Order: sequence, then C-alpha cells, then structure tokens
Amino acid sequence: MNTLDQFLWVIFPYICIVIFILGHIFRYRNDRFSWTAKSSEFLEKKQLMIGSILFHLGIIPVILGHFVGLVIPASWMSSLGVNEHLYHIGAVYIGGLFGMITLAGMLILTFRRISIKSVRKLSSASDMIVNGLLLFIIILGVYATFATNAMNPDFDYRSSISVWFRNLFILNPNAAYMVNVPLSFQLHVITGFLIFAFWPFTRLVHVWSVPFNYSRRSYILYRKNERVS
Amino acid sequence: MKIKAQVAMVMNLDKCIGCHTCSITCKTAWTNRPGAEYMWFNNVETKPGIGYPKKWEDQDIYKGGWELRKGKLELKSGTKLSKISLGKIFYNPDMPEIKDFYEPWTYDYENLTLTSEVNHSPVARPKSVVTGDPMDLQWGPNWDDDLAGGTEIAPQDPNLKKIEEEIKFNFEQAFMVYLPRICEHCLNPGCVASCPSGAMYKRDEDGIVLVDQEACRGWRYCTTGCPYKKVYFNWKTNKAEKCTFCYPRIESGTPTICSETCVGRLRYLGVLLYDADRVLEAASTEDEKGLYQAHCDLFLDPNDPEVIEQARKDGIPEEWIEGAQKSPVYKLAIEYKLAFPLHPEYRTLPMVWYVPPLSPIMNYFEGKDSINNPDLIFPAIDEMRVPMEYLANLLTAGDVQPVKEALQKMAMMRLYMRAVSSNKEFDEKRLERVGLSAHQMKQMYRLLSIAKYDDRYVIPKSHREQYVDPYHAQGIAGFEMGNNVSYVGSENSSPINNTQMNFSSGCGDGCGCSISPESTNTAPMFAMPTDTTTASSGCGDGCGCSISPESTNTAPMFAMPNSTMAASSGCGDGCGCGDSKPSTKTAPTLKIPNLKEMIKKTGKQIYEENFYGGIWRD
Repeated sequence: MNTLDQFLWVIFPYICIVIFILGHIFRYRNDRFSWTAKSSEFLEKKQLMIGSILFHLGIIPVILGHFVGLVIPASWMSSLGVNEHLYHIGAVYIGGLFGMITLAGMLILTFRRISIKSVRKLSSASDMIVNGLLLFIIILGVYATFATNAMNPDFDYRSSISVWFRNLFILNPNAAYMVNVPLSFQLHVITGFLIFAFWPFTRLVHVWSVPFNYSRRSYILYRKNERVS
Repeated sequence: MKIKAQVAMVMNLDKCIGCHTCSITCKTAWTNRPGAEYMWFNNVETKPGIGYPKKWEDQDIYKGGWELRKGKLELKSGTKLSKISLGKIFYNPDMPEIKDFYEPWTYDYENLTLTSEVNHSPVARPKSVVTGDPMDLQWGPNWDDDLAGGTEIAPQDPNLKKIEEEIKFNFEQAFMVYLPRICEHCLNPGCVASCPSGAMYKRDEDGIVLVDQEACRGWRYCTTGCPYKKVYFNWKTNKAEKCTFCYPRIESGTPTICSETCVGRLRYLGVLLYDADRVLEAASTEDEKGLYQAHCDLFLDPNDPEVIEQARKDGIPEEWIEGAQKSPVYKLAIEYKLAFPLHPEYRTLPMVWYVPPLSPIMNYFEGKDSINNPDLIFPAIDEMRVPMEYLANLLTAGDVQPVKEALQKMAMMRLYMRAVSSNKEFDEKRLERVGLSAHQMKQMYRLLSIAKYDDRYVIPKSHREQYVDPYHAQGIAGFEMGNNVSYVGSENSSPINNTQMNFSSGCGDGCGCSISPESTNTAPMFAMPTDTTTASSGCGDGCGCSISPESTNTAPMFAMPNSTMAASSGCGDGCGCGDSKPSTKTAPTLKIPNLKEMIKKTGKQIYEENFYGGIWRD
C-alpha cells in the first residue's frame, strides 16, 4: 500500500464528502436563485422525452441498488433470506437491466446536448462536466456489472468495496480493501466520489428538491408578510 | 365569510386601437433582459387569431386551467399525485415550446457598418438570440396583427370553432377586435396550484400573483397550469416569470405601467372585496355559463355596513375599504354589469375583466333616426358585425345574453348623452329598458368616455415599509435581475454602466434595481413614492434596492451586472443594501460569507427563516 492508495481510497473520498456537505450548505445559503432543475424542454421536447424519462426511470432503481449493495452488509441480507446466489441474480440481471436503461437515456441526452444547437449553446461548463462524468460513470458501471463480472467471477465487491465504503463512514478507513479491486470498479468508485464533490455546484442539486410536499399541501397558496418591529 | 381585497383591472375593448403602447412600456420595464426576450407580460392580440402563444385558448392542446371531475375541481393537466408519480416531472407533456411563442431574434447590425465597399447595399439579417444562427423568420410577436385572422389563421381560432353558424372570411364579413392581455391574477390561479415547489403564491394583501425566484425549481408545471399562458419560462435562468402587476407601483398607489401609458385610456384599476371562503365553491359551479354569475356573486358590496364591519375584522385597512367603495372596477363589473371575465370556463376566476367592443355597430343605426327612436339599437345590436357569439365565447363561456345587455347599455348611453349634449328631446323612460337611471348613465359616461385619471385609477397605498424586512424578502416577489445572467449588450458598456454594475453587485443576491433620485426625472417609469421612509420599501418586497444619490441621470433603471460570478459572489450574509456605494475608481470589495456564522445557526433558525406562508421552500 503506497501513498497513492492512501490518497485515492482514504483522503480523496473524505475530501469529496466534505465538499459535498459544505458545498450544499454554502449553495443553499448563498445562491438559491440558480437552484433549479435546469430543464431545456422549452427548447427541445421530443428527444428530451425519451432521454429524460429513460434516464430517470433507470437511475432511481440503480441508486437503490447501490444502497443495497454498499450499505447493507451481506450478512444482514442473508439473514433476510437473500443468499449470495439470489443477490447475485438481482444485482447482475435486474441491476444490469436498469443500468442499460440509464445508459440508453444518458446516451440520448448526451447526443441531444451535443447535436441540438440551442441546447448546446445554453449548456454551461458545469452541465458538460455533469453530462460527461455521468456518462462515463454509467458506462463503467454497466461494464463492471457485465464484463468484469464475467471475466472475474470470483471477485465479490460486497466483501471488499462495500466493507471499505462502510468503514469510511464509521471513520475507520482502510485502503487495503480497495487495492486489489478490478480497475473498472476502482474507476467507477473514484469518478463516483468525484461527481459527489461536483454535485452541490451543478444542476444535480435538483435531486434534493423533488417536491414530495406537493401532494399534501393545499392548491392555492397565499403569502402574507408578517409585521416586523 | 373571510374577506380579502384584490386590486383588479378592467379593460374597455370598445376603445382599444391596438397601438401596442402597453406592450412596449411593459417590455422595456420588465422583460428587456436575456432569456426574457420572447416574453410579453402584456401583449395585444388581434381577434380572430390564434394569439400568443399559438392557439393558447385551445386547452385540448395545453391542458391549462381547471375542470370538474365527478363534480370535484381538478387541474386539467392532472392531479398532484399524477404530477410527481407518473414521470411527468421528468418531462411535462403539455408544456409549450419556444416555437409556440416565437424564437427571439436580433439583427446583424454590424454588417451594415463593417462591410467593405460592395455593389449592393449590405443588409442586417435576422439572427436567433438563442443560437446566433441566421433565421428565416416564420412567426413572431403579432405576426397576424390587424389581419382579422385572415383565411389561414382565423379558422384555427378556438373561439370560432364553437360558433355553429359558418363564418366565411370574405371581405364583407370580416371583423376584428383587439384583445390586450396581461396575467389575470386569478382568484383560483391554476399556476399557483400547479407549482410543486410552492414558489408561486397570491399575495394576501392585494391578490397579486408572483413567483418566488429563490424557491422556483424550474419544474415548469405553472406554464401548463395557466390557461392564459401568461407564466413564462426564462430559458437562461431556467425559472418561471410572469406579469407582476407592477407591484412596486401598485404598492405606492400608482397604476401599472400598461395602464399608465395606455393611449386610449381604456384601463381601470380598483379594489374589489371578495369572500375568500367561497372561491372554491364558485369555481366549482357545474354549468360553465353559470361561472360568470358565480364569479360576480363572490364580490361583496363595499357600502354594505355588514361587509365593512367584517372587512375590518379581517384586517382590511380603512384606506382599502374606502378604495373599494370608489372602485371603478366594481362599478363597471358589478354595478353597470358592463365588464366580463376572459374565458370564465377555465375556472380560474380571472381578475382582469373586459368591456365588450361596440364601435363597429354604430354606423348601422346612427344614420337612421335613432335619437327619436332609440329602440332601433336593439335589433341593430343583434346584427352587429362582430358576432355576439364570438364575444360571448371570449367573455361569458358562450352565454350571449349578458354581453348583449352590456352592449345595449353602452349604445343607449351614447344616444342619451348625444341627446343631452345637443339639447335634443329624450324620453328618459327609455333608459329603464336597460335598467339604468339617468344619473347612472351620466356617471357611466364620465367613467367610460371622459375617463379622468383619478376616476380610472383608485389604488390605495400599501405601506409595506412598515412591515417588510427587505433583506429577508429579496427575490420572493418576482424575477431576479441580472443574477447569473450576463447582459448581452454589456461587453461594450461605458464606464457609467460599469459603475452601475459594481454597486448592483455589491447589493447582493436578490437585488434587482438601483434607483437614483435624479434618475426618476429621466425615467418616470419607476417613479418612487415620496412618502416612504426606507429605500427598499418603494421598490416592494422583492427588491433590495440601492438608492444612490450620486448616480447620474443616465443611470439605467435596472443595472445589469456584467459578469456572472461577480454579481452573486458580491452578496455576503450580512450584506445590507444601504452600505453599497457606487465607485468609479475602486473595484467593489467582495464580502466572503462567513462560513462559521452560517453553520452556527440552529436547524430551528434555518427552518424558521425558510418557512414562508406555511410552506417549506423545498
């Protein structure tokens, strides 16, 4: 284990997490004006429909899948009756399916962003970074699920990556878990953390604004300015 | 009964000459900015026509407004649950696109001056503001202006589809009406109901519907929910914007800029008192044709002692009750029954009403002996050139009778006043046929024809300076100016403009406008009220204004920050508005927000700061 490993698997993730948290506080306190879903549907509608719906319908199950794979220990899963074989089927086939849906959506969205001039012109650098990073991460993720899994059937990320990941959050980081992980997974993890560092400064903040409250509130809102003395 | 007050408008279509002055003054005051070029908070349409955006009245396409589902009022575009569960949040199927309005363009003016000597004179070609590409113009604002629809466009007018008898668009039968449109500031606004973020709201004190720019998350349902298509999507800031009813002017007792500059003097502004508890009930009226009457029934008689007592209990200021008693809007809509809501069938209970146009009819009978035989007007109105059914489809959900009665009153008023002013005999008993007394006729004449400024605009002041914390209120009352938007023309800006930019960026996040006392002389558009004590109150709750005594007469009303980051980073946590001074020599000092201070706030404090009007901002 050398210094680079320590940096990549201990220092870098912590930097990203800190930026992620402080960045959100900073942005929410200082710049709520630019906090938006940044939709370009107003400029182009047809490709957005296919791309956006595919991407979002894919990414939500994919994120849930990551939660199950990374956060919930394998032992807990087996005590719930999900043994290794069952988990494997779920992760590879169901996860792979949604991964492919996400990838298809992302490819359409990327094509749209580049090929349609009005959308391209209105894309900021941060939009481009988010787009490129997401595409890269999703391609790696799908590749790791299918190709690496087939080439390296003995590799079990739940006994390496997942343990490393959980250890980060109990402040007991151990880079050793990550050293022998296949390259595709390593890159996926690194870029994954990278996008979390970018997150608060990009359009991705719209994820935290999903309007669950809407279904419970009254339709018409009045606002009254209370007296300040 | 819960009484609320609203500042409402009436437009007298009988006097509109389609000059577009209202549109232009509104444009220069509010939407002369990047991303807003295509927006016309106020526009004037020629009817028949498909309007702006194209076919906005066709709710089969846009799904705006409300409908009754099993007797229950529901948004036409879908329930709240369907919006967040059916993937509509990723893609709004009913949203208009920029091409439904028009793609904004400018001209390649440089070509005129930079071209070297050539045989043919150079031309300034149109180029898109969005992409910068040369454009072949196919549609624009008022593309069908004054065409009376024409044979291509008129058949697409949804109001004509509802008329059973066939209207041929030949020259002899052509008719035309101007329809100036602004946001309706509805009692039951579809946009407010559609906004999942709770960013759109109706102001409790004057009923103005606004977008909180800090809370808008760009979900875009409001553009769909508004059946009048008067909520716009800024394609640069990715947020919703709409007509603000010129709230800074209304608050200071002055009319909206569209009204103020109306050449035909056809706009009226006044207070209406209404029963807020019965709004839902009125909007749920089963029969579409009954909606107009249900809407009228919501308005309360401001001279009724019981109403006055209740209004006081509900916190309506004395000034506003008096305003309601003198309200020209109440007179036109309720007392004389001359004004009607635009498309009541959308069930949003709009608050900008219209007096139907009469003019084209007059030649028909004025040549005849109409003063001696005023009854001639009754058959004449039935044969009016603008089909009554068309006006009824616009104003009363197709119910011809109220429109007809209003036109009869107006025609009778003309005959009566002509007789009075030319000392002719007139049997006043004839006035009974339209249900008005001679005194009322004279009052009506004064309001409609003389139309004195003080009669048209009865707007009580708001005195918001007494209770609004301007720093806290930054941005909540409308769109932002300048933040994250680099102004197109600013690359070559003069030193004076740079000065403006500097101090506007020092003013912080939500700051829109900078106003200097001297500049009010040159730019009367944004006149400051004289009786307010603090800088920001004159500008309303949305603007952290900086008032600079030193700024020059050439100061633009709205200073645009030049660079994107300078504008937003200039805002510190403790950055008030008063401390920013314009300086031509020194760069503005950027305050770096104190992170420690920010994090020190407890969750409860942050919660309370963000809990506006009963809703959590996210």
